Amino acid sequence: MITAVASMVSAPVLGAVVAQNVFFYLIAAVMVIAALRVVTTSNIVHAALYLVVVLAGVAAQFLLLGAEFVGITQVLVYIGAVIVLFLFGIMLTRAKVGNEDGLDHDNVIPAILTAVLLVLVMGYAVVDFAGDEEIDVLGNSPTTVEQVSDSIFSTYIVAFEAISVLLLAALIGAIVVARKE
Amino acid sequence: MYLVQFLLLSSILFCIGVYGVLARRNAVLVLMSIELILNAVNINLIAFGAFNGAQIPAEVFALFIIAVAAAEVGVGLALVLTIYRNSKSIDLHQVDLLKG
Repeated sequence: MITAVASMVSAPVLGAVVAQNVFFYLIAAVMVIAALRVVTTSNIVHAALYLVVVLAGVAAQFLLLGAEFVGITQVLVYIGAVIVLFLFGIMLTRAKVGNEDGLDHDNVIPAILTAVLLVLVMGYAVVDFAGDEEIDVLGNSPTTVEQVSDSIFSTYIVAFEAISVLLLAALIGAIVVARKE
Repeated sequence: MYLVQFLLLSSILFCIGVYGVLARRNAVLVLMSIELILNAVNINLIAFGAFNGAQIPAEVFALFIIAVAAAEVGVGLALVLTIYRNSKSIDLHQVDLLKG
């Protein structure tokens, strides 16, 4: 009886946790496949479009972790601006839209070895360090945009100003570098 | 959800990005791989923030990284454009002016 009541109480929570895991693995699988396509496809425009899938997946993971504002910013900045910048870069440097050879180095074996070795070492370290640490997203207090902005404009005001100056410098630098003589 | 799920996903994305940087010879594709690496780092930040209950600092620093990444892409593509204008190619094999 008591266990039945307890299971009724915890059933929605359990269902939410199961749903979180299902969505995590679905999105993660899509992200990894799309990321592999980004670095292997022979069509440079397709690479940019697969990158959209990866970035949207990252935004979805942010939402899963309860960071709504960062997820929305990810969509706005990356999918809205950075991808357009990439497509402009592709358009301005290559007239050809379609498959082409010579996007990869002649010998990619060392690169594959490096990446596989790195993922093995990092995977081992990560599993060894955080093998059974649980993230209690439902137990965390939800974060509001108000809290984030309060924190940016009080605790991290120096970093914020530095980022502002960096963005201005990058803007002017990009214009100066790319400008025709 | 377990912390290790997110850390493993982020490691895999990071290594795919490293592979892209090493194996690609088109400069725009290398920049795309760098974006993969930066996003992997951001997943780590947000996951650790949710794990420690320090979501606000994690979100603030993730936003800063997004801003820095956007600046990096802007300057990077401007450099690629200049290289293309000067040598009519963005093949990184042919950018060897400083090679002794």
